[in-house]
Amino acid sequence: MNLTLKVWRQNGPADSGRMVTYQVTDVSPDMSFLEMLDVLNERLILEGDDPVAFDHDCREGICGMCGMVINGVAHGEQKATTTCQLHMRHFEDGATVTIEPWRAAPFPVVKDLVVDRGAFDRIIQAGGFISVPAGSAPDAHSVPVKKDDADAAFDAATCIGCGACVAACPNGSASLFTAAKITHLGLLPQGGPERDSRVVSMVEQMDAEGFGGCTNTGECTAVCPKGISLDVIAQMNRDYLKAAK
Amino acid sequence: MKYTIGEPIRDTKAPEGPIEDRWDKRRFSAKLVNPANKRKLTVIVVGTGLAGGSAAATLGELGYQVKSFCYQDSPRRAHSIAAQGGINAAKNYRGDGDSIYRLFYDTVKGGDFRARESNVYRLAQVSVNIIDQAVAQGVPFAREYGGLLDTRSFGGAQVSRTFYARGQTGQQLLLGAYQALERQIAAGTVEMHTRHEMLDVVVSGGRARGVIVRDLVSGEIETHLADAVVLATGGYGNVFFLSTNAKGCNTTAIWRAHRRGAYFGNPCYTQIHPTCIPVSGDYQSKLTLMSESLRNDGRVWVPLRKGDDRAPGDIPEDERDYYLERIYPAFGNLVPRDIASRAAKNVCDEGRGVGPGGLGVYLDFADAIARLGREAVEKKYGNLFEMYERITGEDPYTRPMRIYPAVHYTMGGLWVDYDLQSTVPGLFVIGEANFSDHGANRLGASALMQGLADGYFVLPTTVGDYLAGGPFGEVDQADVDEAIGQVNGKIGRLLSVNGTRTADSYHRELGKLMWDYCGMERTEESLRKALERIPELREEFWNNVKVPGDGEGLNQALERAGRVADFFDLAELMCLDALHRTESCGGHFRAESQTEDGEALRDDENFAYVAAWEYGPEGPVLHKERLEYEYVKMSQRSYK
Repeated sequence: MNLTLKVWRQNGPADSGRMVTYQVTDVSPDMSFLEMLDVLNERLILEGDDPVAFDHDCREGICGMCGMVINGVAHGEQKATTTCQLHMRHFEDGATVTIEPWRAAPFPVVKDLVVDRGAFDRIIQAGGFISVPAGSAPDAHSVPVKKDDADAAFDAATCIGCGACVAACPNGSASLFTAAKITHLGLLPQGGPERDSRVVSMVEQMDAEGFGGCTNTGECTAVCPKGISLDVIAQMNRDYLKAAK
Repeated sequence: MKYTIGEPIRDTKAPEGPIEDRWDKRRFSAKLVNPANKRKLTVIVVGTGLAGGSAAATLGELGYQVKSFCYQDSPRRAHSIAAQGGINAAKNYRGDGDSIYRLFYDTVKGGDFRARESNVYRLAQVSVNIIDQAVAQGVPFAREYGGLLDTRSFGGAQVSRTFYARGQTGQQLLLGAYQALERQIAAGTVEMHTRHEMLDVVVSGGRARGVIVRDLVSGEIETHLADAVVLATGGYGNVFFLSTNAKGCNTTAIWRAHRRGAYFGNPCYTQIHPTCIPVSGDYQSKLTLMSESLRNDGRVWVPLRKGDDRAPGDIPEDERDYYLERIYPAFGNLVPRDIASRAAKNVCDEGRGVGPGGLGVYLDFADAIARLGREAVEKKYGNLFEMYERITGEDPYTRPMRIYPAVHYTMGGLWVDYDLQSTVPGLFVIGEANFSDHGANRLGASALMQGLADGYFVLPTTVGDYLAGGPFGEVDQADVDEAIGQVNGKIGRLLSVNGTRTADSYHRELGKLMWDYCGMERTEESLRKALERIPELREEFWNNVKVPGDGEGLNQALERAGRVADFFDLAELMCLDALHRTESCGGHFRAESQTEDGEALRDDENFAYVAAWEYGPEGPVLHKERLEYEYVKMSQRSYK
């Protein structure tokens, strides 16, 4: 396969950035999207050009480090798939593919396709945990948990913190990310004691970071590689109203 | 490469007495630091996986000043997150005859009698506390309808002791540790440095007193000093280029520590995981594991006849060879990883492999789907099946998966004593980065257990004992300057070569060489060839590598080149270790040492020791730590 790539290049947060066009040839349909970029970068290095910077690590769809907007869609058009798990067999030979970073004010561009997602860590710091120092836990079977609750908590807990939800949201809202953690911990009996304080401080932090509000557009869940449901946002709102009254 | 024999290691600091009392004894004998003094003591923890994340969080909870470092953009990205199958614990919730002693026994046996009894026993003891801790943190383990925890079986065990969270156990446990860490960051006890890579250890007055790191965004070289340094930087499987590790996993932190005096234990012990998605082309950047848990219900087979290229569904039952069930009737598809991997290699070498290049075997769920129904199989393994389909474009519900062994884990690592302290005082090593408790082969679901045992429960006690012996005085500025000089020198040299090949292309070539000559099967001839070729390739690398840009700012090609440079040096030591160990044991299979039916043949008389290598300018020095087995009788492993 041969492709025309239009890639966002930006040499640091102060640079205004621009789209640059590259041709890639001999792309195998079995390559992952990132492997296709590896091939481009190997060539750029040998030609004396600056390779395209992008974040990635596990390359098996779980670490949440990779992420780019491909043809206008966060992680590309393939459903429930991270960029590293997107394969070239889903593209047409001869196609033009645009590649951009997550775009949201709380995610400033570091370089090219790399953005700073530190805001997510700070939202977790605000209360995305259960306070239990090592060694203080009771026996694991002392508190049975209903299977349905455990399964629903697990579904919310599968969030990988990639930030696609923010990139896809017209408001740049981090509601899906924040609500997934609130739901995961809130559904479990262990998370009960801090349920009220957690939702209030996490929502406050989310706002303080400059993320927008949720208007139920649903773009977030459409691009979420783990298929986190919009239900978690309803849960967060319910918990918030209850706790903030 | 020449080496010399040094003094043997006689004392590992494990307490004496009955094995079940040793950890209690050590906890009692460990000196304590009073709370007011803890606030004045700084501990550096490098790496934020299960071991590093849990250690940094726990040390913060105890009141120490912790500085935590990771090369990723967030501590939650560490590669523990990719562990799929589960975590072992001797809870005996099933009442199926499990006990701390049995987990201990299985682990020592699974490691092919090359792990320390004292350490492994402690690991089994602590395993039960880990599950309690994780559940209290909100780790959503799989549960049964009664609300209690579900378990499953893993390779090398006949009891069901593996706790799991669908196929994402590592993710859920890591997020538990990460959340505990973020809680301490908010509390101000942990100072987090993301996108920072450790490039050297500062050793001053004979003690580890800090690290030199590079801020990957600004390019700045920084010095961080402390009273103790903990390395939790993971394994070095990426020396093979293709492995199941994350792309960023590297050996630089432990290799630099090795150069500063930390002995390297059993570098040749590499785990090749039997169930990975086969390589599909030259561009491939990594391999993806399919969890071992799949072997609970999937049946492994190849065609009986060589070169049978019919579609798997067209091959009738009596023309299939379910070779694991045939050779190992007692354990069947659940034999340990080293055995399953080698068996796959053997049938492929016989020309019975399937898929491109004949490098694959089938993992078939047709029976499980017929027995349990598609829905039940989907519930258990759905995310793994999806992952397989995404990568290969094939549907595993209707066509058996193709799998092949791939490098997955390194049992070797920096040598540590019972306290997890290396041969450099004040330098502790935890998780996969140490040579650890797994001997020559790690059992499935034991890496998560060991990482969290080290981080939550063992290290916080033993590091306190070390710190209570302080204060250790001022750090000599000359020692800091020397380390910074080394780091800058290496970066400068890499940037100045301006040759004609990329670092990745050298890495690929090194990896291929290691896979061919020091992979699943090793011979004297292959290892000698590798030891001849590695220095030549390294020489070429240093004279012909092309690293673009400069040291200022984000330069991912420079990061990679630095890691590849250290992989060359490590590769040489791995091959030397593999060459000197003329026996086979666990994942280290020397073709010259096998039983009549092709199993690994140990030589306990000559090799029942840990090989701890000291770095020496004149070549490595080998120190032997004799392994004594008081409780588990050494025997030929049998899974038949």
